[in-house]
Amino acid sequence: MTAPGSYGVAALPRLRVGAAQAGVALAAAFFALVCLAALAPGLFAHGPDQVNPALALRGPMAGHPLGTDQLGRDVLARLVFGARPSLLVGVGSTLLAGLAGSAWGLLAALGGRLVGEAAMRLADVLLSFPAILMALLVVAVLGPGTRNAVLAITVALAPGFARVVRAQALVVRGSAYVRAAVNLGLTPARILLRHIAPNVVAPLLILATINVGTALIAGASLSFLGLGPQPPAPEWGAMLAQARDYLDASWTLALFPGAAITLTVMSATVVGRALQARYEGREAG
Amino acid sequence: MTEPPLLEVAGLSVDFATRRGVVRAVRDVDLSLRAGECLAVVGESGSGKSVTARALLGLAGAGARVRARTLSFEGRDLRRLSGREWRRLRGRRIGYVLQDALTSLDPLRRVGHEVAEALEVHGLAGRDDLDDQVIGLLAEAGVPDPDVRFLQYPHELSGGLRQRALIASAIAARPSLLIADEPTTALDVTVQAQVLDLLRARARAGTAVLLISHDLAVVARLADHVAVLYAGLVVERGPADALLRAPAHPYTADLLAAVPAVDGPARELPLARTGPPAAGGCPYAPRCALADDRCRAEPPPPVPYGPGREVRCFHAGRERPAPASGAAAPPRVKDHAVVSVRGITKRYRSPGGSWRTAVDDVSFDLRAGEALGLVGESGSGKSTTARIVLAEIAPDAGTVLLDGEAWSAPRERARRARRSRIQLVDQDPLSSFDPRFTVERVVGEAVPGRMPRRLRRDRVAGLLAEVGLDDALLDRRPAQLSGGQRQRVAIARALAPGPEVIVCDEPVSALDVTVQAQILALLARLRREAGVALLFISHDLGVVRQVCDRVAVMKDGALVETGDVADVFRAPRAAYTAELLAAVPRIDVGRTAGRAAPAMNLEGLP
Repeated sequence: MTAPGSYGVAALPRLRVGAAQAGVALAAAFFALVCLAALAPGLFAHGPDQVNPALALRGPMAGHPLGTDQLGRDVLARLVFGARPSLLVGVGSTLLAGLAGSAWGLLAALGGRLVGEAAMRLADVLLSFPAILMALLVVAVLGPGTRNAVLAITVALAPGFARVVRAQALVVRGSAYVRAAVNLGLTPARILLRHIAPNVVAPLLILATINVGTALIAGASLSFLGLGPQPPAPEWGAMLAQARDYLDASWTLALFPGAAITLTVMSATVVGRALQARYEGREAG
Repeated sequence: MTEPPLLEVAGLSVDFATRRGVVRAVRDVDLSLRAGECLAVVGESGSGKSVTARALLGLAGAGARVRARTLSFEGRDLRRLSGREWRRLRGRRIGYVLQDALTSLDPLRRVGHEVAEALEVHGLAGRDDLDDQVIGLLAEAGVPDPDVRFLQYPHELSGGLRQRALIASAIAARPSLLIADEPTTALDVTVQAQVLDLLRARARAGTAVLLISHDLAVVARLADHVAVLYAGLVVERGPADALLRAPAHPYTADLLAAVPAVDGPARELPLARTGPPAAGGCPYAPRCALADDRCRAEPPPPVPYGPGREVRCFHAGRERPAPASGAAAPPRVKDHAVVSVRGITKRYRSPGGSWRTAVDDVSFDLRAGEALGLVGESGSGKSTTARIVLAEIAPDAGTVLLDGEAWSAPRERARRARRSRIQLVDQDPLSSFDPRFTVERVVGEAVPGRMPRRLRRDRVAGLLAEVGLDDALLDRRPAQLSGGQRQRVAIARALAPGPEVIVCDEPVSALDVTVQAQILALLARLRREAGVALLFISHDLGVVRQVCDRVAVMKDGALVETGDVADVFRAPRAAYTAELLAAVPRIDVGRTAGRAAPAMNLEGLP
């Protein structure tokens, strides 16, 4: 050290930042690809239900880059067409849970003491069950199927959102800008819509992105147990479950749906975390 | 006088590499300090004074590039110290007192531990006499009942006591140099006076004190020598007496002129010009009344100016043209009361279960167009009173009338339509703006009535012009504005609904003196032009003296004195008012008498 505090800006941290950004970009690109596949699977593959018993349980080969399943259906095509039901459960239930949880949390924060206490104690009770157990309970009552799986995961995730929304809403309600709005004579409804809700929801979007991963896993778990989308619909969890019976014959059959779930969950989480870091950085700046 | 100085700094420069290029925070600063002396480094925020202090502690931080021709302390060259050697020096030979005593103390550790650590780290105390030493240090720092206090946690101590505990920890190892960075900024005047006396006592005992401050009154009270920093440059240095009596640099003169005085008649504060420091030439040229082409072209070198003084100015000591004084008609104060506060009381239950009276039977009238100051120390109930006047909280007893109609009693629904008549300007404007909003939306929201966006934008631009802001700011976010600009936006918003009363809660306490003077002048002008009455809450008596017609003094939730500002400040009737006034640091010309006068009683304080 030549003089007090004269440190150079090290090159290594800068390199790391670059690598992290590349990772986030990669994750975002992959997640976008999965979303595109869910919207328009025809762009990538055809005939997820084409049966060809002569070519059953093969590994990757020409014409079937990811191999075939026990009925000779193309695994790549099934994965691509499976993106829609898989994401539908993951993203759909997150959206519903976010909406329900926001209303729940806002009610708890702004709805007076009795209502707030009741709402939060209910959330505590529901949160004391693991999410997947809660979802299983709901499916047990409503019966299997895509719609019910979405509902089940919504019920499992909503209390978590409610808690975050309530905490954030309390902070915003006590903020000096809400005080200023009250002093301007704005009506409570207007303050809620113009100041409280937007400032609560912005950080919530980030939480939702991260929650997509949890919901995807929960959805895949439900269909792995046969409680989600019913066959012959291609769904990643269901594909994984079927592949379990043929592990001796073709181990790649389980590999690809598993990888699809893992990579999608990871990319959603990485993107969510990056958004969160960016948001918090801006808050601090 | 021949002994070498304790601290000798020559050509100190600190640069920060940022994304927008190199920022030169400190440029070619020379300082020298002897044992028993106090040197004050003065400047506004961003002048580089804190960076200078941190560089002297080896804490300039990663990304900072520190260079100096000489950087010696106790005869050692600080430029060559390793991190380990710095740690041995800090706390042991150089004590450091930070501004914010609450965040500088670990909330989970007893105060005594904090002080003991300073002794233990440097191996200065054994196990047996550690407690005694700590108690002795706390007593020395003016902490009453040190044997009780040293077992308490920071949250159990008042702000003044925390600051003293911090000083006790800074002086624990008997350092020969004490660096105090804004040591009294967050404190009430009486507590501030005690802390300043304590620091002066340390200097008398032979410790060198380097005081970092933006407050010239504090500096006048403590310092032997002053270095005035602007844009990282020492623009003027010299003995405190001479420099404050006859400032040579226009910046020093502007700073002094901007300080609101407690005594003497209220005067229109001179409006200093604004603008960022110039990149070439004299950095102060854009704000200087004397600047000419030469100032803008070449940077003035430091030149001697009288005994022991040095100035970086081509026009050192020249009389500045008198600022155009707003020779305006005094505000029209009408006889009827816009706000009548009648015997309000507010009590809170403290965590222990007992009841604390925050506001105790307070009554006053605010007349139309009048500025009423509400002064008192923190915890005296000023802000609670303001909240009741704003009808944000309901009083437990008593009532508030607005224009003779019930204001605190009705339900919020019935009150809402009249809220536009009474507005608030807060201490921290930034937090009172929705973070997602642009300046246009922040102010636009306060413009009453439905109208097309275009028209609303014009109205907002008009309001911004009224508070001296350019309409180029319309699309900016408040976080991108300077402190003074933010406060102007807050004032524009408060004006938008056309109120009769604006409650100002410490509106200038977070601002530099020159900016403060501008905001005060703006408030005075708005009073004249819009006839708005001000309820002006402040702990700064000088500010109240300059702004207000009448003053109400609060202590422990009750009003102890109300009256005309000039009368109350000249001849206070209540003993507490006299005590407050005596504690205010002043910039006296014949300072020597004044310095020793307000001997504060350190015993029996909370």
